[in-house]
Amino acid sequence: MNLLRDAEDQSQSFFTRILSFLSRILLAIGIPAIAFFVLYQGFLFLRDSDAPRGIIALVAIIWGVGGVAILYWIFNDLVERLPDAWTTRLLPFVFVGPAMAILAWYLAIPTVRTFWLSLFDRNGPPEGLNLLQQLASDAFVGLSNYSFLTDFSQENLMLQAFRNNLMWIVFGSTFSVAFGLVIAVLADRSRMEKVTKSLIFLPMAISFVGASIIWNFIYEFRPAGQPQVGLLNAFVTSLGGTPQAWPQWVAVAPWNNLFLIVIVVWLQAGFAMVLFSAALKGIPEELLEAGRIDGANEFQIFFRIMIPYIQGTLISVWTTIVIFTLKIFDVVWVMTGGQFGTHVIATQFYRQSFTNSNSGFGSAIAIVLLIAVIPVMYYNLKQFREQEAF
Amino acid sequence: MESGKRQKLFGSLFVNGTLLLLVFLWTIPTLGIFVSSFRNRDDIANSGWWSVLPHREWQAVKEIIPSEAGLDPDGVMEVEGVTGTFDELREGIETADGKRVTWIGNKRIGKVEVQEQVWAVTWNFTLDNYQQVLGGQDFEFTRPDGTVEVKPGDNMIGAFLNSLAVAVPSTVIPILIAAFGAYAFAWMNFPGRRAFFIGVVALLVVPLQIALVPILRDYKALELNGTFLAIWLAHTGFGLALATYLLYNYISSLPRDILESAFIDGASHFTVFTRLILPLSVPALASFAIFQFLWVWNDYLVALIFLGGNPEFELVTQRMAAIVGARGQDWHLLTAGAFVSMVLPLAVFFGLQRYFVRGLLAGSVKG
Repeated sequence: MNLLRDAEDQSQSFFTRILSFLSRILLAIGIPAIAFFVLYQGFLFLRDSDAPRGIIALVAIIWGVGGVAILYWIFNDLVERLPDAWTTRLLPFVFVGPAMAILAWYLAIPTVRTFWLSLFDRNGPPEGLNLLQQLASDAFVGLSNYSFLTDFSQENLMLQAFRNNLMWIVFGSTFSVAFGLVIAVLADRSRMEKVTKSLIFLPMAISFVGASIIWNFIYEFRPAGQPQVGLLNAFVTSLGGTPQAWPQWVAVAPWNNLFLIVIVVWLQAGFAMVLFSAALKGIPEELLEAGRIDGANEFQIFFRIMIPYIQGTLISVWTTIVIFTLKIFDVVWVMTGGQFGTHVIATQFYRQSFTNSNSGFGSAIAIVLLIAVIPVMYYNLKQFREQEAF
Repeated sequence: MESGKRQKLFGSLFVNGTLLLLVFLWTIPTLGIFVSSFRNRDDIANSGWWSVLPHREWQAVKEIIPSEAGLDPDGVMEVEGVTGTFDELREGIETADGKRVTWIGNKRIGKVEVQEQVWAVTWNFTLDNYQQVLGGQDFEFTRPDGTVEVKPGDNMIGAFLNSLAVAVPSTVIPILIAAFGAYAFAWMNFPGRRAFFIGVVALLVVPLQIALVPILRDYKALELNGTFLAIWLAHTGFGLALATYLLYNYISSLPRDILESAFIDGASHFTVFTRLILPLSVPALASFAIFQFLWVWNDYLVALIFLGGNPEFELVTQRMAAIVGARGQDWHLLTAGAFVSMVLPLAVFFGLQRYFVRGLLAGSVKG
């Protein structure tokens, strides 16, 4: 082991420590920065050229992928030319530095920056001032962007978004998990297992925008008397009902959200099914056999043996779909644009941040989303610590 | 014994019956747009896609010109053994022998048809929808009455190429960077190793919404908005935590002795990584690649924000959403377009399903 993970030299001088710290930072930021610069130059070149689209796409792909790969190679070569002690100190940062720098830029630091933005009015903190001056400026509004959290009036669209998102989370995850589980259990006993699973799984490959079109076509509405080309309305009218524009059916609000939630159940049940199916196959046959010999019927076996056995998978699939529905955006945005009482947190975030360009309010909504996933983050970290494999 | 057998048969009927029903429900939506994308414009507008299946349809067997038959549309009319007002005839009145008499058109220039129910299939399949959706040029088509209408095509091919140019680097770059990182976490010792990895685990579920506004500000400052580079980097940033985590899990589980013997032979970390680790990790790389590719190809939000406003660089999802917004009733275009947007992910999905499932089982679940 020591061979691979060379222990840090304990007798480093203060100067060496500072120097190695600085060079590590430099490597971590330098590689992505140079990569960025090289790619950017390529882009300027591509943007100004008149080559056919296909050629540009191809060049862009080669340029982007090749550029990054070559950069690692060059930096590794440079560091390997250093004295051995320095190679040992710096090489890990050639490997891990770019990943950390990019994660910091794109996810870690933005959480702080977004929180900072959420304390200011719609235009954000005034530019050209230092942090203290920004705090003292008129643009600083404290926590008032978060006032939607305590406003329970009917006009508060955020309240509606929270209610809808709660529906998404509750119904979306429950039905996806339930269908996934039922299909997994049934398919396990059927000779059509493979075909069944492929077909149920297929919607996973379809984009939300595509799925929205598919379901819009099912919900397609024509006034009564005209031929209905939407499947649902054709079905309803053939039974003597009146056609509806289902997701836009405000009379039943908030239940019209269910017509959107169905889409995500359709997409996600296959995901749940695949994971459950694998977990079910892990149950030892003897366990099920023992249950049957003791006279348990299939339902008892399902609830008393299978469910407890796959509990871990059940929880992780459930939380995954909960997080997924928490951030749901595309379906609502394409289907209704948030009208007809269907706004959710992510569509409100988009509307405030980009349509209304109110960065303060939008950022506050994003922070609320972040707070909502903190329990899951905590659970993940706890799991990670318990594994203790690191 | 006999009852046990019957129970088994009943059980299998129940299992397979329920499965068939569920598969039917799950497949119908996709089948609907697939069939519709090959139907011509007028058929789609006037009949459900299921009319490609044999169904009973009213077909005219006799036409009557009202003025010649001396009918007065404002009063009660008697035709072919039925009597009714104009409105009743518009709805259609059935005769005793199973025929139907219907007024077609308006009062002034309409006609009366005697119709009979026959089995029919509507099978006017065409590729025009695809042609119009794919092409960037204007598209001409002739109406049934002979007039020619010109509609702009939707240039789906351009959007398709853009999506490809976005999706491929957005898949490969994060994998490359994450693989280097995962290797360092698994096989190298450096200060902050544990803290960094805890950071990666914590970032797994951070919603990307949190980053959109600050990153957009950076991009504006760098004049990067609306370029491929902007969106590659964004997808790299948002996919990196999961990629690093998954690849670490895989790479750290590779057998120790292989690497140790390589180091004893004097190989450098870089050589071990490129010659040994990467080839051994192909299954993990492939499963993450599929996942990330599908994610990027199907993404709408990130594209909307970092590429939005530049029609030159519009992706398939943006193009489709734009058609929904502008011409939500043009089902002949929407269905064909939706299918074009699905072709590649479906091919990847079916071709590499094994890897995809393996990736899911390893926890390819994006935050």
